[in-house]
Amino acid sequence: MAETVIYAMYDDDDVLKDGAKKLVAKGVKISEVFSPFPIHGIDPIIGIKNTRLGIMAFIYGLTGTVLATYGMRFFMISDWPMNIGGKPNGSYLDNMLAFVPITFEFTVLCAAHGMAITYLLRNKTLPGLPAQNPDPRTTDDKFVMEIRLSENTKFDAAELETMLKETGIIELDQKELK
Amino acid sequence: MHKEAAIREPLILGHKTYHDITEDVCRPIEDKAPKTWYILFGIALVIGLYGVGCILYLLGTGVGVWGLNKTVGWAWDITNFVWWVGIGHAGTLISAVLLLFRQKWRMAINRSAEAMTIFAVFMAGLFPLIHMGRLWVGYWTLPLPNQFGSLWVNFNSPLLWDVFAISTYLSVGLVFWYIGLIPDFATIRDRAKKPVSKKMYSILAFGWSGRAKQWNRFELVSLVLAGLATPLVFSVHSIVSFDFATSVIPGWHTTIFPPYFVAGAVFSGFAMVQTLMLVMRKAMGLEAYIHTRHVEYMNIVIMVTGSIVGTAYITELFISWYSGVEYEAYAFINRATGPYWWAYWAMMTCNVVSPQLMWFRPLRRSLLFTFIISIVVNIGMWFERYVIIVTSIHRDYLPSAWSMHYPSHIDLGVYIGTIGLFFVFFLLFARYFPVLALNEVKTILKSSGESYKNAPDNHTNDSHSNH
Repeated sequence: MAETVIYAMYDDDDVLKDGAKKLVAKGVKISEVFSPFPIHGIDPIIGIKNTRLGIMAFIYGLTGTVLATYGMRFFMISDWPMNIGGKPNGSYLDNMLAFVPITFEFTVLCAAHGMAITYLLRNKTLPGLPAQNPDPRTTDDKFVMEIRLSENTKFDAAELETMLKETGIIELDQKELK
Repeated sequence: MHKEAAIREPLILGHKTYHDITEDVCRPIEDKAPKTWYILFGIALVIGLYGVGCILYLLGTGVGVWGLNKTVGWAWDITNFVWWVGIGHAGTLISAVLLLFRQKWRMAINRSAEAMTIFAVFMAGLFPLIHMGRLWVGYWTLPLPNQFGSLWVNFNSPLLWDVFAISTYLSVGLVFWYIGLIPDFATIRDRAKKPVSKKMYSILAFGWSGRAKQWNRFELVSLVLAGLATPLVFSVHSIVSFDFATSVIPGWHTTIFPPYFVAGAVFSGFAMVQTLMLVMRKAMGLEAYIHTRHVEYMNIVIMVTGSIVGTAYITELFISWYSGVEYEAYAFINRATGPYWWAYWAMMTCNVVSPQLMWFRPLRRSLLFTFIISIVVNIGMWFERYVIIVTSIHRDYLPSAWSMHYPSHIDLGVYIGTIGLFFVFFLLFARYFPVLALNEVKTILKSSGESYKNAPDNHTNDSHSNH
């Protein structure tokens, strides 16, 4: 089904944010904002939930801690216990202090890389993927608001355009997406 | 948005717009490289290739081509390793620790400082690898199943901790750096006109589109990575210092090594950042973004960490006497008055005296003075490692075994070669990568840019004061 999308372009992040507030108050659903840098405070206005990547980082880190602990317990205590100067590796707890640095490093390694990979996958940013910003200037100094007609059944295109024009836009574009 | 006191010096000078920032950063990438770039790159490449030649000769012949002997079994190799790792501490400190402390001045320098970090850690990693003599079995340091022999790697050894620390630091640093680079590559991609560069930057930009949700994730990932990288910065050089501190060699067997090494690492890292940044800002016309204020902040860090290092030197000296251990005391008397006295006093002058000059405001705001001191500090920090390593072991328990260390030309070639390779990487970075974190600098334009700060009735000040 073809879908009509309206792209409204702004040249200032604060103007866009104020405009978004007014539009949302009138009941318009803004489906996306493209910007060259993070606009602080835009997410709650257009209804974007905070990311849960932080929780994932914690889980990845915990996995690292557990793996490192079990790994070193196996290598150094059960599989091949060393006897250094008559002081054998008796139990994990006796030797735990020597394992702290690697446990820490491995925790950080797993947390950082796990989160980075999840981040790239969730963002759909991987080598070779095409760019999806509607205008090349949105990575320079322009800010674009995307409004889909299918998500705004209360209004027609003309009404939306009039409302957008009141918010200080510099350009307006309408596209048919397949 | 944060409000900033009007009295505070702006971080971005002049009347810049968002577009100006893009232009200023992208111009050096899109224009033809100046002739000086080619000359510098050529020189660095020749030196780097000479170093590669020395390394290949060493691998083909054996570690005996270094000037090591039975008494001095560690010298320039580990000195250079610690020196490079130390230099590699500034980038992550700037981007991670200063991010957590919300220091906005970091935004102008974090990208290139992180690049410097990564290249410095590359160079550092080379030394333990070639010290193995058999580079191709380097993977034996990993805990691999036992078909290679009857033992696992020794998890009690600080040398193995180092393997984990350095590789974690390098890979996490690389990821942190690249995640910040993706949106900036997208900017270059969207500006590129030539098909080849458009294609290249499209691949590098991973299809970044700048959606609100992407930015939401971006900010959280940056914050969490900064939180993870902060203890990492401190752990890496602590673990490097364990290589010495857990041994029982007088002069090495010291509990203050971890904090002392970390402070020294930050000290030398910032000095290297100053050396590179002062040249880069001039050559690439970034004076509006990296100016006296940034240099002054970095000089204050150099002053503080330099003072910590100086205190550590004196503490070490005092404890060697106070401990009553004659071997410990001799190690330090020998450092200051023995055959390597010149190295000791070079270290003392460069690292203890020179940062104290930064107490004077005109001096720490002088770019020329900063440049000279930054080089002095780098020389001093190299001598620090040389003094700690060589003078502690060249006169050991039996006077019949006493010896001196004289570097061979291969020692010299490998060391100079790594400096060449480092500059090859850094010059390539400065030519093809955005040297300023575009997206981050744009976020501080309204709060710390000169034109916005001096306009009190600007709309950013009234409509957002409630945040």
